[in-house]
Amino acid sequence: MQADLLQYDFIVKGLLGALFASITAGIAGTYIVARRMVFLSGGITHASFGGIGIGYFAGVNPVAGAALFGVLSALGIEYLSVNHKMREDSAIGILWAFGMATGIIFIYLTPGYAPNLMSYLFGSILTVTDADIAALGIMSLVLIIYFGAFYRTILYISFDESYARTYSPYVNIFKYFTTALVALTIVLNIRMAGVVLVLSLFTIPPNIAMIFTRVYSRIILWSVLSGFAGTAAGYIISYYAGIPVGATIIFTLVIIWSTARMISRFSGSLRMKAHLTKKNNLPIN
Amino acid sequence: MNNKDFLLEMSSISVAYDREIVLEDIDFRVGENDFIGVIGPNGGGKTTLLKVILGLLPPLKGKMRFRDDMLNMNSIGYLPQIHTGDAGFPVNVKDVILSGMMIRKKIISRMSVSDRKKADEVIGSLGLAGLENSSLNELSGGQLQRVFLGRAIIGDPRLLLLDEPGNFVDTTFENDFYGKLRQLNSRMAILMVSHDIGIISSYVKSYACVNRKLHYHPEAEITNEQLLAYGCPIKLITHGDVPHTVLKAHS
Repeated sequence: MQADLLQYDFIVKGLLGALFASITAGIAGTYIVARRMVFLSGGITHASFGGIGIGYFAGVNPVAGAALFGVLSALGIEYLSVNHKMREDSAIGILWAFGMATGIIFIYLTPGYAPNLMSYLFGSILTVTDADIAALGIMSLVLIIYFGAFYRTILYISFDESYARTYSPYVNIFKYFTTALVALTIVLNIRMAGVVLVLSLFTIPPNIAMIFTRVYSRIILWSVLSGFAGTAAGYIISYYAGIPVGATIIFTLVIIWSTARMISRFSGSLRMKAHLTKKNNLPIN
Repeated sequence: MNNKDFLLEMSSISVAYDREIVLEDIDFRVGENDFIGVIGPNGGGKTTLLKVILGLLPPLKGKMRFRDDMLNMNSIGYLPQIHTGDAGFPVNVKDVILSGMMIRKKIISRMSVSDRKKADEVIGSLGLAGLENSSLNELSGGQLQRVFLGRAIIGDPRLLLLDEPGNFVDTTFENDFYGKLRQLNSRMAILMVSHDIGIISSYVKSYACVNRKLHYHPEAEITNEQLLAYGCPIKLITHGDVPHTVLKAHS
């Protein structure tokens, strides 16, 4: 009876967590990869560790602290780059280390042992609460609605921001809002994969998808699917092999990615031939 | 320019970047079916003029008035000088051209069936058929330029702004490209920034010389002496039956 309940909990939590993580990371990850914001996202992730530390110290939910830190640092970096106030990569590098340092200092200052610290660094599905899963579920819904409603606007601002400014007065609002949503999504996924590993949940699936398609909406779809396959498989493998979940998921995703790349390389030479024949310069009429 | 109802009328416009005056006291009018070559030295304010028209730069002083039907932002098409889009971005030719339809849309926009049909027409008329689904990094410079021209004209603008369109055009495609512009000119006014008077002289109907000040030259013919008088030193001048580039004969 006890074992059944544990197993049930394990399966439901695991699969729901994997599903919501794949949906949120697939949508936000496509945005990150397409806009070449991977380094920025790394900065946001590590800066949010400062929020986790302060959360522990102040006795509030560390995820709330991380969310605050993550969103504020994301908006800060976006602001600096919009106004060309500072070299963006340097700003990210400083924020990255500053967040980690803040987190470490505050956790050190917190009396007693911080029991879940490792789960924040490397992720652990076992410590994921129902509230964490619910938050990821809500985020999935928010992202689906937001990207569904504003698909073209987000796509074109990401592709060519300065041209978008010639017709839309809302470019900055969209940039800030989307970046804030992405930061929040990353923070909510930290419970799944940890500060150190979470970014690969966002970057590997879109790169698997981009091997097969260059259409933005299809990249999102295939990211979610391949992300779910990798997350669920990694979860099950980790359970039976008795190895850490987060690392196993990332390992599985990288194996899917490299296999897909090899397959496309093999069939690629055939497609390239077909492609070149139709690419001749056609005259204007 | 005998049309009384100008598409666009600028009076006493001055523009500054960080307090440095770039355009000073500009009076400029664009009428229907105008084809104006905007010439002048580098840093003279040619691109700035386009940015003011696009509403990207608020003037320091002066007045700019659009004809009533120009107030819809979709009525201006724009081909930027530098391709600002990321060529590695996952977006295909058709989607880039469709982005020209965003102008008449609200914040939430979906592309309708007629928008997509329009995109196919533009793709066909620019000789890009078969490349609809290609990404930009698979295209040549000339093809890329045609894609961005497509984005500028898909909304049927009344005024087309071109910033150095010759930069990316390969020579084999050059005549096609300018021929296409001449064809478009029957439907829309064109304002073309170019440093290469040699090529544009056989297509434009008049000139605007921009070098902080703006001097309008209402004829297709322009001489070195006139350019000098306009304070608009340009080293190349040619007039020929066929478009070609020659240096003005030595005296």
